Amino acid sequence: MDIVEQIVSGNVRATARLLRDIDDEIPSARAILKELYPHTGKAYVIGFTGSPGVGKSTLVDQLATRFRKEDLTVGILAVDPTSPFTGGAILGDRIRMQRHFLDPGVFIRSLATRGHFGGLTKSTNDMVNVLDAMGKDVILVETVGVGQDEVEIANSAHTTVLVTIPGMGDEIQAIKAGIMEIGNIFVVNKADREGSRKTIRELRNLIELGAKRRNGDDWEPPIVETEAVKSRGMEDLHEAIRNHRSFLLSTHTEKWREVLEKRARIQLMEALREEAFRTILARMEKDGNSFDLMVDQIVEKQSDPYTLVQEIIAKEMG
Amino acid sequence: MGKDRKLRILVAKPGLDGHDRGARVIARAFRDSGFEVIYTGCHQTPEQIVNTAIQEDVDLIGLSILSGAHTYSFPRIMELLKESNAEDIRVIGGGIFPLEDIPKLKGIGIREIFEPGAKLKDITDWVEQNISPRKAVAFEGK
Repeated sequence: MDIVEQIVSGNVRATARLLRDIDDEIPSARAILKELYPHTGKAYVIGFTGSPGVGKSTLVDQLATRFRKEDLTVGILAVDPTSPFTGGAILGDRIRMQRHFLDPGVFIRSLATRGHFGGLTKSTNDMVNVLDAMGKDVILVETVGVGQDEVEIANSAHTTVLVTIPGMGDEIQAIKAGIMEIGNIFVVNKADREGSRKTIRELRNLIELGAKRRNGDDWEPPIVETEAVKSRGMEDLHEAIRNHRSFLLSTHTEKWREVLEKRARIQLMEALREEAFRTILARMEKDGNSFDLMVDQIVEKQSDPYTLVQEIIAKEMG
Repeated sequence: MGKDRKLRILVAKPGLDGHDRGARVIARAFRDSGFEVIYTGCHQTPEQIVNTAIQEDVDLIGLSILSGAHTYSFPRIMELLKESNAEDIRVIGGGIFPLEDIPKLKGIGIREIFEPGAKLKDITDWVEQNISPRKAVAFEGK
């Protein structure tokens, strides 16, 4: 059996190894991804985003348990930050997911951002495809704890869940664009805390103002109160996700098609950018045009990045 | 282009004691050496540790132990790695061990044991010198 067959038949080791190769940008991984692609398109992808400490990992853990009750298999991708100084990372999202470690129906992978901005890793979309091809029914993607502009997840997931906690949604925060606009579902976690009602009220106003427009008039993002550590509200969240999925799939709208197109567009763009860069770099190397030499030229003010890029394109792609 | 592969290490704490200060300190030291560290917290069973190591595709498992549980957990972990065809994942230990146990642990394939007093730099240096990221998956294409 080659690696493609192994992954499609659900082999954990083969899958885990390919994910590593994708993360490390090994060229052969792209050839494997190509072979896997016909096996994708079956999984439902749910993204979780929100500030650090709002309880994303715990929610993901709880939802995984919920989906397992229905006998659905679950893939989890959890992103944590890479240190910009050392390039190292401590990936600790698994701490909250221990009860799934022995369940063959759950595959968990921790990812480090490796300098990528946007809340995910450069490799996340490809990895989602691999977990899809290996047969996972539901894929839960947890972003790195984000601030205000890390909205990439909305282009990767079918349903995006924005998680917040009481006391974080001040009036000023609520008018900020970007992060608040990407939620198809809003979760107020740790809802037992003071200020919960106020946060929900503010979120409701916000949804009236903007989120509703973005989601199309037919979908009003629900606000779900949870206490993930106590499993409280998980049924509501599960139902909200189901409702959003039904909404996307309902035949009288073009919503499902829109989501598929959005994901396909991003993946094509990423693959093109990656391949174009790789190709040009390889040609430069072959022609003896050293990248490092150009860096020197810029530092010594003999040339500038703009001129050099024009020259590279003309020479290597002309 | 040729980017270097990143070393991935699982830092795990088998057994029942809940003192994970040492494990956290070593996790940070590994991070500061540029490695990707998967940290799973306390009370891990050998089965959980090996499953995690495989799903995360790590090159090395670092086991922290203070409770004496190594006589059970270390051999069990080596056994499970073997059963899973994952013997290429190497294992080291750190913590408190009776002196006479150390040769036994090395005998079952534990690469190195770091005792109290080992300097962080000795440990990270050892990893840098002895553990390298595994090779990419071979694929002929179609």
